[in-house]
Amino acid sequence: MSDHTVKSYDDDLASLKQMLAEMGGLAEEQLAKAIDAITKRDTKLADRVIADDDRIDALEQQVEEKAILTIAKRQPMAQDLRQIIVAIRISADLERIGDLAKNTAKRTHAISEQMPRKLVSGLTRMGNLAQEQLKNILDAYAQNDAEKAIMVWRSDEDIDALYNSIFRELLTYMMEDPRMIGPCTHLLFGAKNMERIGDHTTNIAENIYFLVHGETIVEERPKKDSTSTTNYNLTT
Amino acid sequence: MDASPQKITLSNTPRILAARDTKIVARDVNVYYGEKHAIKHLSIDIPDRAVSAFIGPSGCGKSTFLRSINRMNDTIDGCRVTGDILVDGKNIYDRDLDVVQLRARVGMVFQKPNPFPKSIFENVAYGPRIHGIAKSKADLEEIVVGSLKKASLFEEVKDRLDHSGTSLSGGQQQRLCIARAIAVNPEIILMDEPCSALDPIASARIEELIDEIRQNYCIIIVTHSMQQAARVSQLTAFFHLGDLVEFGDTDEMFTTPKDKRTQDYITGRFG
Repeated sequence: MSDHTVKSYDDDLASLKQMLAEMGGLAEEQLAKAIDAITKRDTKLADRVIADDDRIDALEQQVEEKAILTIAKRQPMAQDLRQIIVAIRISADLERIGDLAKNTAKRTHAISEQMPRKLVSGLTRMGNLAQEQLKNILDAYAQNDAEKAIMVWRSDEDIDALYNSIFRELLTYMMEDPRMIGPCTHLLFGAKNMERIGDHTTNIAENIYFLVHGETIVEERPKKDSTSTTNYNLTT
Repeated sequence: MDASPQKITLSNTPRILAARDTKIVARDVNVYYGEKHAIKHLSIDIPDRAVSAFIGPSGCGKSTFLRSINRMNDTIDGCRVTGDILVDGKNIYDRDLDVVQLRARVGMVFQKPNPFPKSIFENVAYGPRIHGIAKSKADLEEIVVGSLKKASLFEEVKDRLDHSGTSLSGGQQQRLCIARAIAVNPEIILMDEPCSALDPIASARIEELIDEIRQNYCIIIVTHSMQQAARVSQLTAFFHLGDLVEFGDTDEMFTTPKDKRTQDYITGRFG
């Protein structure tokens, strides 16, 4: 894409993209630390994740202000307009990803030292997968790569599939030992958070596609999350 | 000289055309100013009862093509037009065509408001009188008042119809010129940058006026303001270096243009 005749317009768009890159980097870091904290039951690290969430929130606000100012000043058209609208949308998704990482880190406090380590391993695996998806989608955004975005979009079903198996696994533990119901419920929420992060990642993928092609993806996204219809009858 | 037929991008197009009658058809139109090939192999279908905007950088040929639609180019020495321009199926470059009659059917509004140095009333009455449209004095008055009302000017000037047209503000003068164009009951109204000499409020009033009257006319507007083209038109044509590059629904042209040149122009990346 060639440059604008007015150079400062390019600077406006570049600085939006730069803010998004910074937000993405922070979200990735927060997610990695949250997974680490809950896996190792490191409450100090968890507290740091909780405190650092403010930085992502502040960046989201900056993106919004810059976007509104750029629209007002430049009256953007076509792909320039899409770039700004997409920046607003992606920053909202990244902000939510930050919130979900924070919420997962918070639960570190609720899981006791005595809880068997194997219980948390499923959540760790899911977290790693969500992290990888997030990294790939941020790369796709940085490179304006719609193909790569589609690949990430399609592979969200891997997270959904893992979520289903963790859901069943944790239900089984709870049935075996009622003392595990508390910690397992927290882990379930943690797993749900990772699944939601996967969904926000697919939102970002859809926005990258829109940014590049000017139209929305028409095909139906494969979904494998069946937990909302899974039931264990405890009386039998 | 370039003899190859032009390739233009039709943006899936155009929904508006499919829904309306075609008023103007141009086929392989070339305009030369001496050696300069100002319009190259242009073909386009322009719908009735809608606003079509022509955009493009200076010297792209948009005004030249606009002026060929009422044969204004005939008055320019060394100007030559080839190809066919049909209005309602009739070639306006046919020998037997009466140019005066054509210009009564095809009204024009210019960049700079150019009222006659006569009263407001006489400015509007002039056309109907010379074309013999008004049967009586009462008839003429009705036409003048009706035209001023359609041009959203009547309320502002009703107490001073005998004042000079040139005493009005720029925006009022431009609306007077639109009233003058409407008075002879044209089918097509050509507007060549009608707002470029006006302040934003006067421009907005002209845009509002265009919006109000578009149901009854085939309107073509040449404008340098992309935002104005996006606001007032249903179809947009992008011209570049004498070529019609892309012609499509305005909603698509300003969000997802198909041709890279259109994209570069509307996003401010040209040259």
